[in-house]
Amino acid sequence: MSIPMAQGGVEGSNPWLNMGIFGLFVVITLVIVFRASRSSKTAVDYYAAGHSFTGAQNGIAISGDYLSAASFLGIAGAIALNGYDGFLYSIGFLVAWLIALLLVAELLRNTGKYTMGDVLAFRMRQRPVRAAAATSTLVVSFFYLLAQMAGAGGLVALLLGIENKTGQALVIAVVGAIMIVYVIIGGMRGTTWVQIIKAALLIVGAGVMTLWVLGKFGFNLSSLLGNAVAKVGEGGERLLNPGGQYGLTGTSKLDFVSLALALVLGTAGLPHILMRFYTVPTAKEARKSVVWAIWLIGIFYLFTLVLGYGAGALVGADTIAAAPGGQNSAAPLLAYALGGTVLLGIIAAVAFATILAVVAGLTITASASFAHDIYANVIKRGTVDDKAQEVRVARITALVIGAVAILGGIVANGQNIAFLVALAFAVAASANLPTIIYSLFWKRFNTSGALWSIYGGLTICLVLIVFSPAVSGKPVNPKTGKSPSMLQDVDFHWFPLDNPGLVSIPAAFLLGYLGTIFSKERNDAKYAEMEVRSLTGAHAEKAVAH
Amino acid sequence: MSSTDQDTTPTSGPDWATIQESAEFTQLRKRLRGFVFPMTAAFLAWYLLYVLLSDYAHDFMSTKVVGNINVGLIFGLLQFVSTFLITSLYVRHANRKLDPVAEKIREDIEGGRQ
Repeated sequence: MSIPMAQGGVEGSNPWLNMGIFGLFVVITLVIVFRASRSSKTAVDYYAAGHSFTGAQNGIAISGDYLSAASFLGIAGAIALNGYDGFLYSIGFLVAWLIALLLVAELLRNTGKYTMGDVLAFRMRQRPVRAAAATSTLVVSFFYLLAQMAGAGGLVALLLGIENKTGQALVIAVVGAIMIVYVIIGGMRGTTWVQIIKAALLIVGAGVMTLWVLGKFGFNLSSLLGNAVAKVGEGGERLLNPGGQYGLTGTSKLDFVSLALALVLGTAGLPHILMRFYTVPTAKEARKSVVWAIWLIGIFYLFTLVLGYGAGALVGADTIAAAPGGQNSAAPLLAYALGGTVLLGIIAAVAFATILAVVAGLTITASASFAHDIYANVIKRGTVDDKAQEVRVARITALVIGAVAILGGIVANGQNIAFLVALAFAVAASANLPTIIYSLFWKRFNTSGALWSIYGGLTICLVLIVFSPAVSGKPVNPKTGKSPSMLQDVDFHWFPLDNPGLVSIPAAFLLGYLGTIFSKERNDAKYAEMEVRSLTGAHAEKAVAH
Repeated sequence: MSSTDQDTTPTSGPDWATIQESAEFTQLRKRLRGFVFPMTAAFLAWYLLYVLLSDYAHDFMSTKVVGNINVGLIFGLLQFVSTFLITSLYVRHANRKLDPVAEKIREDIEGGRQ
């Protein structure tokens, strides 16, 4: 079966149908967000949805927050084109959740209120630590936002057939504007509902496609793999074996170890994930939400394995690589091969909804961190009596961040999404995770250790990225005539790896240790309170009744 | 909403240091750390083993086992199985061994305050 490519967009795609289904999603979620806003009046409502979601609801919302377009379109495409190495991504993304479950979620819920800064500030000097936590939160959120918005541009080209950059910029602006409305009006409660609906659509949609693909091969995985190999013809065996993408040279192998480390240690340091643990009333519900999230995310990644090889077998790697949007088009093309224009329209709308929901989650996190940590506690020194004022600042911040995301998305349109997401994970693993772990488990840990670890990890990570081959200096690809690096025609790289994790994560742990022991500060009394409260939930923030 | 504002000064309520040193709390901490630390070390080691094998032992991972299914795919799927298994084991441990002790200490603290 070969699909001739039409002008603009994926062949068989009906842009009006795609937009219609997406429009329906936007209308339904907007109604829900408006209804949710009626009970969102106070700071605790805006930041943490009154701590009133159940574990199951929050677990579904977490999977909605976590399963970005990069997971859905990116991993399915990577498996379709590179085979086994695409699968490695999803394993790192999943295993990472055990760190959140075992070490972070419950203790964090018991000691904090709205943000990561709350936990760090518990037994340290408030202002410097909160400023540091907010800085790294904003940096991680910015990279993650950029990745999602850049992805939106590609998706527009792919699904709506809008090829010119001005048209794409317009769609990015519209998507961004809808997201700002969600966040400003609905707060955390509205955002959470958007994520729950999106997660349900995404997982059910992927599940239906998975069963459909398996049905075509008699529910025999081996036969599916065999067909994917046969479709490639000569050398198709490489799809099943590791090394297709990363096994080429010694450096690329090391780069893969670095990436694997960043993926597994990054998740539990992602601020928009951490903040979700505050939307439930107790630590036990936080635990339940992670359990739900692990099952849903794990099952979803199993679906993408079938979808990736299914796209390889039914559409063919060459057709996917030649389509607008390249490997990101694997899942939409598979949807068309299975269910024609209607299924393609549904999957396209789900992909848009995915970007919208993830961007809303990131925006509310960044705005909360700025308003709660920087405005209320650093600038106003914790003396804001009027909580409504703090929420007003958060809403204005959300507006600004939304505008920055729209502009950044227009500028970053066409950049490599997977690279930007991996970057956000590397920064989260270097700047956030060591401090969180030390803060929860190490009695001696202090302000100086936290600052060394956050700023040190952040700086090392960013410097290594700037001087990596991902930014400059990769040889020009003869096929496209462009270098895969971010900048063309310049080469100032000296760090050999794309991903800095292998160096920056151990360095941040070491800096946290050194910063702590070189400072005399210790606060055993406050640690006693923190440890007892974190393990028992005594005096934890309670749910707000409405 | 002063009741939900975070304290920034040491709380003049419960004697946290005494509770921290109590036999009950020491037991709770031991039960938590005794489970989560070794488990974290185990799953990270198993994950890194898998990553290194995929990276440096291509021939071994490419060995066919059944039909087109090779060692690498089985190991990958086992990562899913082990993740689901550890999740379930932890939930069981927390429900049986951690929650009852934590609840008792919490009630002592919060009950004593009123």
